[in-house]
Amino acid sequence: MKEGKEEIELIKEGKRLDGRGFEELRPIKIEVGVLKRADGSCYFELGDNKVIAAVYGPREMHPRHAQDAKMAVVKFRYNMAPFSVDDRKRPGPDRRSVEISKVSREALDPVIMREFYPKTAIEVYVEILQSDAGTRTAGINAASVALADAGIPMKDLVSSVAVGKIDGEVVLDLDAMEDNHGEADMPIAMVARTNTITALQMDGRLTKEEFERGLKLAMSACHQIYELQRTALIDRYSESVEVGGE
Amino acid sequence: MYKVVVPGDFISETVSRAGEGTYVEDGKVYALRYGIVDERGEIKVVALSGKYVPTEGDVLIGRVAEISFPFWIVDIASPYEARLHMSEFADARGEKIEFGSMNRYLDLDDLIVAKVMNVDVMMRIELALKEDFNLRSGGRLIEIPYTKVPRVIGRSGSMIKMLKDKCNCFIFIAKNGRIWVRGREDDMNLATEAILKIASESHTSGLTDRVADFLDSFRREKRRG
Repeated sequence: MKEGKEEIELIKEGKRLDGRGFEELRPIKIEVGVLKRADGSCYFELGDNKVIAAVYGPREMHPRHAQDAKMAVVKFRYNMAPFSVDDRKRPGPDRRSVEISKVSREALDPVIMREFYPKTAIEVYVEILQSDAGTRTAGINAASVALADAGIPMKDLVSSVAVGKIDGEVVLDLDAMEDNHGEADMPIAMVARTNTITALQMDGRLTKEEFERGLKLAMSACHQIYELQRTALIDRYSESVEVGGE
Repeated sequence: MYKVVVPGDFISETVSRAGEGTYVEDGKVYALRYGIVDERGEIKVVALSGKYVPTEGDVLIGRVAEISFPFWIVDIASPYEARLHMSEFADARGEKIEFGSMNRYLDLDDLIVAKVMNVDVMMRIELALKEDFNLRSGGRLIEIPYTKVPRVIGRSGSMIKMLKDKCNCFIFIAKNGRIWVRGREDDMNLATEAILKIASESHTSGLTDRVADFLDSFRREKRRG
């Protein structure tokens, strides 16, 4: 949140700048198994965000000394491509990417059955190809699907979305304009089935009441996103069934 | 039609029948993997993808990756590597193998058929050689995901029997997804194509008949041309 920024009306006549209602998600597109060489993969679009997640493993863990004798180690790398933003982002990890990588890994950890593959590494790579705020949520959504695609044993899928406050209103799924000029941004990740939150961050200021309202809104949106993730995974095999057999 | 499930999908309340690929929580059985539900006996979720992890008794095809006296380190298409002790070889031939001469018996990249004798808590995998047939010449290796192996074998071996008959090849399918095919060049090509087709369509029904038709039409084409 920047202080002293130019005044911008983010809400005009009860609608947001892109025409969405306060509780409306941006359009989502999910494709499973897009990378031939990865063990699991997912291409995910959230509005103008385009992200791709790749999962490798379980495979041998290097460096050896970092191996866990009892379970797999989950590695997560969130990275923004230099061309994903308006002003070229210099390649390589920066403090923000390192933080997002850590938060994302912790969002997925609770559901992964790491005990099944001791001494190995499960590597998740999320590349942001085009960014319009909410990339970390798109990344977690894509990573969940990619992990399932790779056959990693998991208790559940994890779904993620952000809520925030713009012009005093609590809204769902901020885009870049809203995130840059708004008053709060709160990404969350959760397991839809159990309503268990696995990641929660906040930037800005919310009253207790706004926080609770925003959380409720985000959780309900996560259920919607979960249905889309699930459908994408199920349809991938159903489609082939129609083409190939009776 | 097969039912596809994703991790976390509710399957059943019959906790007593919960099997592989599932987990139990609060008296309910849920899916642990992305796969197909099989409720015929135990409630299982057959994974559509994943990595092979060996269990004792598995017969697999390995490739020598390293020689580290007194073991050959063998790649078994798994996140874990396996070891073959040199005594396995010495026993069979009654000779004593010297340091530095192990490669005369098995060299890097050699293929072997082996049985998994032991998997310990530290995931150390011990193999024993099975010398039923020669993997050195006149054949080729095909690799498919280990999850598709049951489909290539078929119910009571129906699929693999049909492949062997119609392709006129020796075919050996190992637990870890590696398949050895031996025969005439064009027969092996046909078998390879059929096997890869089965692997990619393994989740569909009526596959055995479709593969049979595919192989028959190939033969018909050949006779015409």
